[in-house]
Amino acid sequence: MTSPGSAPQSTGLFGRLSDRLSATRRALAQGFNELIGAGQPDAAVLEDLEATLLQADVGIDATARILETVKQSSGSAGTRAALRQALLDLIRPCQQPLAIDAAHRPYVIMVVGVNGAGKTTTIGKLASRLKTEGHKVMLAAADTFRAAAVEQLKVWGSRNDVPVIAQQTGADAAAVAHDALQAAQARAADVLIVDTAGRLHTQSGLMDELKKIQRVLQKLDATAPHEVLLVLDAGIGQNALAQLEHFHAAVGVTGLALTKLDGTARGGVVFAMAAKRPVPIRFIGVGEGIDDLRVFDAVEFVEALLPNGD
Amino acid sequence: MFENLTGRLQTTLKRLRGEARLTEDNIAEALREVRMALLEADVALPVVKTFIDDVRSKAVGQDVLTSLTPGQAVIKVVYDALVALMGEHNERLHLAVRPPAVVLMAGLQGSGKTTSTAKLARYLIEREKKSVMLVSGDVYRPAAIEQLQRLASQVGAQFFPSQPDQKPADIARAALEQARVSASDVLIVDTAGRLHVDAPMMEEIRALQSILNPVETLFVVDSMTGQDAVNTAKVFNEALPLTGVILTKTDGDARGGAALSVRQVTGKPIKFLGVGEKTDALEPFHPERLASRILGMGDVLSLVEQAQRTVDQDKAQQLARKISKGSGFDLEDFRDQLLQMEKMGGIASLMDKMPGLPKTPDAEQLQQGEKQMNRLVAIINSMTPAERRKPDIIRGSRKRRIAAGSGTQVQDVNRLLKQFTEMQTMMKRFGKGGMQKMLRGLKGRLPGMPF
Repeated sequence: MTSPGSAPQSTGLFGRLSDRLSATRRALAQGFNELIGAGQPDAAVLEDLEATLLQADVGIDATARILETVKQSSGSAGTRAALRQALLDLIRPCQQPLAIDAAHRPYVIMVVGVNGAGKTTTIGKLASRLKTEGHKVMLAAADTFRAAAVEQLKVWGSRNDVPVIAQQTGADAAAVAHDALQAAQARAADVLIVDTAGRLHTQSGLMDELKKIQRVLQKLDATAPHEVLLVLDAGIGQNALAQLEHFHAAVGVTGLALTKLDGTARGGVVFAMAAKRPVPIRFIGVGEGIDDLRVFDAVEFVEALLPNGD
Repeated sequence: MFENLTGRLQTTLKRLRGEARLTEDNIAEALREVRMALLEADVALPVVKTFIDDVRSKAVGQDVLTSLTPGQAVIKVVYDALVALMGEHNERLHLAVRPPAVVLMAGLQGSGKTTSTAKLARYLIEREKKSVMLVSGDVYRPAAIEQLQRLASQVGAQFFPSQPDQKPADIARAALEQARVSASDVLIVDTAGRLHVDAPMMEEIRALQSILNPVETLFVVDSMTGQDAVNTAKVFNEALPLTGVILTKTDGDARGGAALSVRQVTGKPIKFLGVGEKTDALEPFHPERLASRILGMGDVLSLVEQAQRTVDQDKAQQLARKISKGSGFDLEDFRDQLLQMEKMGGIASLMDKMPGLPKTPDAEQLQQGEKQMNRLVAIINSMTPAERRKPDIIRGSRKRRIAAGSGTQVQDVNRLLKQFTEMQTMMKRFGKGGMQKMLRGLKGRLPGMPF
């Protein structure tokens, strides 16, 4: 977006990511560096390490797993390496970038999540990315509940110069999705991204509405949606796990996008989620700019959190 | 929101309750559990530490060990510590200044500022009879201004228009001037979401603050926030003279630890909770009641207040007359009762506040109950007025028509009629002084009941 307050930018993908994650890294690394000195970690060190991980929203399960590995390691270099390895082992299975399968045209991406997670903004950035890659993209404004959500998506549509299929606020979301897929098929679009209203995962009525959107899409294309992208605010705590479980039970989540990773001490929740249900993490949002949606890279992520040097 | 935390704490404390004697050992064990429960609930670590230390020093003290019911004494200590942590009592908005009283909203992206702005406006218009003007200083997010404009017209607030190419400071000045001219009681200024580490954006809101000189500066926080709540709250609190907090999305299943953290870090009271999607879903925050709810002691006060606010007094009296006559309770009245419950926030909201319920049933079960209630209303709606007054005339073909009309089965209609008959019998008993008899019979048998 157009916030004037972006952080100073460095060039290169890794440099940029590392920049944006530096706040997280500082918080984590500060704790780690104090801890990871020479010798076997003793009880006090482990306790502090536990605190550090918990404070990064890593979660109790993942923290226990990581600590177990660290305990078994020996030597100063060993402890640090073991820690990096443990973090990496947890999230490497999640490193599976989104691949637009040409066999499915249009490739339908349904974007879901709780209120305020950043769905519409992520769609705006995703549309820009896919268009740059040469895909013909269309957007469906199926958030018919929130005031001016349709207008918000239309602004993103015109910024990216991609068509937006919309009806008025209050229309049936499934009907919008249906129309949009029909239009996308007729215009031979490569990708259709369906925006949905934010909903708390505990509202079973609203979750049913989401299932209905999925069912209606399947009437036109039995294999749709090809990707169900759950957008998660990385600033949330352990509730991310409940969100993943509920959305998965309703519509089968196939990928995650983690937004707002450019704040402080965020991203630990990734490890907690990976420990419970390793769903592919497709993208991370590291800023407000239209190109601040990055492909998730496990090594880079751990690297950015816990640099080799320092 | 607090179900999980409540469950965990209740199990722990129940175990303590069973202990004949409390030693430092079993208190330490219980406190370890409390610590884990708080951490799982996303309460920030430093806050947890302070809390546990506080409870420990009091629990290990004389009061508890010499008490006849040590378990109860510990629960009291935890309760007091929770209340102390969250603030002693409800803090209202302080709007008693020369109008317009300005309220500035601040927070991260997606925390719920715009929705809360509209809810607050509706609250002030409906419950405090204020004239309210809204203005959006969010010139960054696409269609943010339009969103607030729509919400303003929904809740009946004046709207001061702004444009994305204006400077937020200029918008603020113009809105303030307009609010003075139009003699609005309150001007609520919505702002763009911003990260606390974004220096220019934090500078921008500081400038807005000094232009507007708001009487209330509210920090809007998502109740699902994790450990980071501490960092963001700290920076916002240092940058702005915050006067209070609005905690949003508390109708989910987040464990709500952010409530405890934000209060502790900022020292500023939580003034409101956002409890749903609609614009009337905003509740004043009562820390002492919430502590009761966390410990499973119920929140009867909120329930009573809610009843007074939403229940139609005339209808209630009409019904009371019917009941006392012992007759005339018909399906219309039954439907009114169901709708009344709906108005009070449905079964879930009622159950949540009821004391003595061992554990809040899970959300799905409750929603089944709500569905069931809606179905009953639908069935009654499908009857003719005559049928509602004299349900006895409902036979085979009428039943089929009602079932078809309400999208239910004949069995559902039968079940409703049976329930209604039972209720009618009960009502008749009440009417003939049965209520007093019933209660007299119970007296002495139920401990702790005030009759």
